[in-house]
Amino acid sequence: MKTKEFIVTAIIIVVLLLCKFVLPKPIQFSPTISWIVTILLGLVFAFIFYLTIKGKPVERRIVFLLVGISLVVPFFMQFKLPLKISPEVQQVYDKLASLPPGSKVLASFDYDPPSAPELQPMAEAFVKYAFEHDIKIIMMGLWPQGPQQANQAVEAAFEENPALRDQVKYGVDYVNLGFQSGNEFVVLRMGESFKSMFPSDLNYTPYDSIPLLKNVSNFSNIDWSINFSAGKPGTVEWIQVAVDRYNLPMSAGNTAVQAPMVYPYLNAGQLLGLMGGMSGAAEFEKLTNLPGKATTFLLSQTFAHVVVILFIIIGNVAFLRSRKETK
Amino acid sequence: MKREIPIAITFIVGTVFALAYFIPREPFSLFERQFGDWFGIIAAFAIWLGALNLMKISAMKIARKKPDFIYASLIILSFLVMIFFGFYEGYKGLFAEPQFSYRDAGTGFNWLYEYVYSALSATMFALLAFFVASASYRAFRARNLEATLLLIAAFFVMLGRVPVGDMLTTWMPIGYTMSDWANWIMSVPNTAGQRAIMIGIALGLVSTSLRIILGLERSYLGGE
Repeated sequence: MKTKEFIVTAIIIVVLLLCKFVLPKPIQFSPTISWIVTILLGLVFAFIFYLTIKGKPVERRIVFLLVGISLVVPFFMQFKLPLKISPEVQQVYDKLASLPPGSKVLASFDYDPPSAPELQPMAEAFVKYAFEHDIKIIMMGLWPQGPQQANQAVEAAFEENPALRDQVKYGVDYVNLGFQSGNEFVVLRMGESFKSMFPSDLNYTPYDSIPLLKNVSNFSNIDWSINFSAGKPGTVEWIQVAVDRYNLPMSAGNTAVQAPMVYPYLNAGQLLGLMGGMSGAAEFEKLTNLPGKATTFLLSQTFAHVVVILFIIIGNVAFLRSRKETK
Repeated sequence: MKREIPIAITFIVGTVFALAYFIPREPFSLFERQFGDWFGIIAAFAIWLGALNLMKISAMKIARKKPDFIYASLIILSFLVMIFFGFYEGYKGLFAEPQFSYRDAGTGFNWLYEYVYSALSATMFALLAFFVASASYRAFRARNLEATLLLIAAFFVMLGRVPVGDMLTTWMPIGYTMSDWANWIMSVPNTAGQRAIMIGIALGLVSTSLRIILGLERSYLGGE
């Protein structure tokens, strides 16, 4: 390791140790400090704008440093941002809220940890809401990591509301069927029989011994379904097989990257609502009145979006200026 | 026979699936179920094949002492550790009372998943933010009409998807704030574009599938 790299690594470790053991928790800036930090960041961007116009674009590492600061610092800020609910997220909530107690919901967790920052908050809000309103959840995954993400959502619900740990019973109020390989073929076979694809749950309990699944044989016994998806197999495959062939009512939560691809299905009425990315998750948390990770992360994402836009503007002003000079 | 048998299997399975979609009755449904189960079995084996192939490539890197062989040894070590906890705790949970899964909270496998695997993969994905910002500063230019339209759309969607967009446009009439513009871009131009792409892909898929089913396209067999 070079000396420079060693020093940087050592500084990061020292700062982390300080944060862990010395600084008081939770670390939160007052609104005044938050504004000062924001203004300072704005001044730094004004300086970068000046340098770029002068024909001295900043180095990549400066860009990386600014993005890093813009992502991390908002975690300690206290800005309250007004959040407008989009029609597609409202549709998801309306569908969920219209379910009577005892309704059975099929939730497919088709994502892995890299997409969890966007999808896990939606999943957690959904699980918490369902548990608090006596909505039964049948969990599964077309991705190997999906069932584990489902378990994490359940644990998060229990941690936030410890009373649920006693009220909600595994096998009666929710069940985790685990992962099954085969992508859309799993969905296709589930259209005729859940048991054929999931002979037992995650804990090896036979399908027929699980009270919640007593009268559940296929999609016709499901009141509503929700799919948390980060790619293939995911929402598109569920729509093409379960919605189109078996008329399963379905809503979805997608990563911001995947959401634009799902809009045609939403506008065609095949999908009953969509939560797209972190903002979709934050809106859902607001609607369910269960503020969680997405509400916290949204400020950070707001800063990141503004930073990217500022970089685009600065880059383009410099580009237009250089083009004018060339002419 | 090395070519004829796979072509015959492809023809039979492809035809059955196509017919079963339009005629969801016996015997097509029966064949569809059967072939669907076979696909699941093949997919399960493919996971193992992928894992073993990764092990083979990593082991070869170590044996030949290639420049990044240290990372290859980390892959093998991580694989073996996860396999060990998965099998050990899976076996233990099978005979425990009450039964539990190796993926349940409190198991070593779950600890590794939550505090090592999740953290590392999220970190890798988070790097994207840095590269997007850097690329937007250096390469996202309004060079022509198409690029300018893309820039404008990106501007509205990125600002409209976060609360600050609406904060900046509170002075606009109701229904014309930044989030409304973002929603319109997603619902109208984006949907139109996506539909065009989907129709194009579907037509391509149908023609390629037909060529494969009829044995005209054989590149998937290797060689030709």
